[in-house]
Amino acid sequence: MTDSFEPKIVAFLCNWCTYTGADLAGTSRIQYPPNVRIIRLMCSSSVDPTYVLKPLLDGADGVLIGGCHPGDCHYQSGNYKARRRIIALKEILKNAGFDEDRVWLRWISASEGGRFAETVTQMTEAMKEKGPNPMRREWAV
Amino acid sequence: MRTTISVENGDTLAAVRGLLRQLLEAEVVDALLVPMETPSGTITPALVADPDLLNAANPLAPVMGLNAAHVAGQVSVREPRGRIGVVLRPCELRALVELVKLKQASLDDVVTIGVDCLGTYDVPVYNAMRAGPGQAALDVAALLATAQSGELAPQEGYTFRDACQMCEKPHVAEADIVLELFGADLAAGIPVSLSDEVAEKMGMDGVEAERNQVIEKEPGLKRAEVLEKVVAARTQVRDARFAEMRQRLDREGVEGVFAACVRCHNCMTVCPICYCKTCLFKSPIFDHEPMQYMNWAQRKGAYRLPADTTLFHLTRLNHMVLSCVGCGMCTSSCPAELPVGQVFRAIGQQVQETFDYVPGRSVEEPLPMVTFHEDEWMEMGEG
Repeated sequence: MTDSFEPKIVAFLCNWCTYTGADLAGTSRIQYPPNVRIIRLMCSSSVDPTYVLKPLLDGADGVLIGGCHPGDCHYQSGNYKARRRIIALKEILKNAGFDEDRVWLRWISASEGGRFAETVTQMTEAMKEKGPNPMRREWAV
Repeated sequence: MRTTISVENGDTLAAVRGLLRQLLEAEVVDALLVPMETPSGTITPALVADPDLLNAANPLAPVMGLNAAHVAGQVSVREPRGRIGVVLRPCELRALVELVKLKQASLDDVVTIGVDCLGTYDVPVYNAMRAGPGQAALDVAALLATAQSGELAPQEGYTFRDACQMCEKPHVAEADIVLELFGADLAAGIPVSLSDEVAEKMGMDGVEAERNQVIEKEPGLKRAEVLEKVVAARTQVRDARFAEMRQRLDREGVEGVFAACVRCHNCMTVCPICYCKTCLFKSPIFDHEPMQYMNWAQRKGAYRLPADTTLFHLTRLNHMVLSCVGCGMCTSSCPAELPVGQVFRAIGQQVQETFDYVPGRSVEEPLPMVTFHEDEWMEMGEG
């Protein structure tokens, strides 16, 4: 793809770990690409598959789901449930003819500002590599 | 215990009605949920409390207008209520197991009566057969006769429901009472297996069991043998359909396969697993502001309406496909005749395998989305 393509990434981040991690990246003045649009939720397990599907079908180039590391969930087991849900979602996307690698799940703690910035950088690069989501131009969806 | 219910004058249905009557009269249950024939000839489930009305019961009618697990849930889910017997097909029993786990049905004080399934017709097909030229074309005796050889086939000129054509689980795996049609000469007798508890309540003592042992042994073996053949044939059809559907999904995407969807929600309404009282897709969330449609149209150049059809199917896949029992009511109810069930089963097979989950197998097995192990898929999320 041309260099002018800037992917749009929608990120659903849990309030307790990843969102706070993103906040830390900001207050620590760590640079990362401005391609990510962050939506804060209380827990990665409150990400219904619909939230991921809607932006993908409307043309977002990637969806990032961020939660606490296994064992660290503020609600004990939310991230374990989120993990299963995202696995099912990716399996369905793959079998339904979509690119499931546009959906990323990452555990990023409140202290990992650097890891958040790295993740966004990596994902932006990966989505650039893939090129625009074909759904961006697909009207019959 | 296993026994054979004798059939008089080749009237299999009368023998089935007799057994059901016995359940009510022996007060094993207070009422039976059973397919009934209305005066107009339509088949519909009803909760029957009066044994005399069971002469209209017809669990052998080869028609499926709904998956009765849904209504079985309605009549069982909460106490107080009496003891209920539910007469169900294999796919309905599997759906009932899922509904119990989803807390939409209960098996407490419920006697499950499973009937092996030889295949069903869609309601309009069934009605056309009943109203067939001259003598009604519907020949249930001929269909019942296929049980013995396992060479299941619809009547000439008609086809079974799409889901039945590729159903590899036409037999009852587990129920309190099982009408074992496969391998049996149903014009002579119906092999039945009963839980000891129910047998005792019905007064079927050991003597009768012994008396029947001679005839009973052979059909038991025969059933397994015939089933093997039926399952092999059906699995072959299923795999061919799945392969075809997967190719189509690769080629056209799910949005292509469902291009004619008008989001009438029929598939969701008739789905025994979709139990939410207010589905997200019936909520105002999807009544977008006019300006929103304008924005989408300008962004993409055009925007398909009604909106969110692909989103609807993909969401439904995510919400219920792990519990999909393959009854195919979705396909039967689609006004655009879309292969909804084929898509859901083909994709469902992959997802169910991922979680090593077989819907309808056991009420003990937790639903994959409500359970977890800490040490699974450890690579996920690490990147």
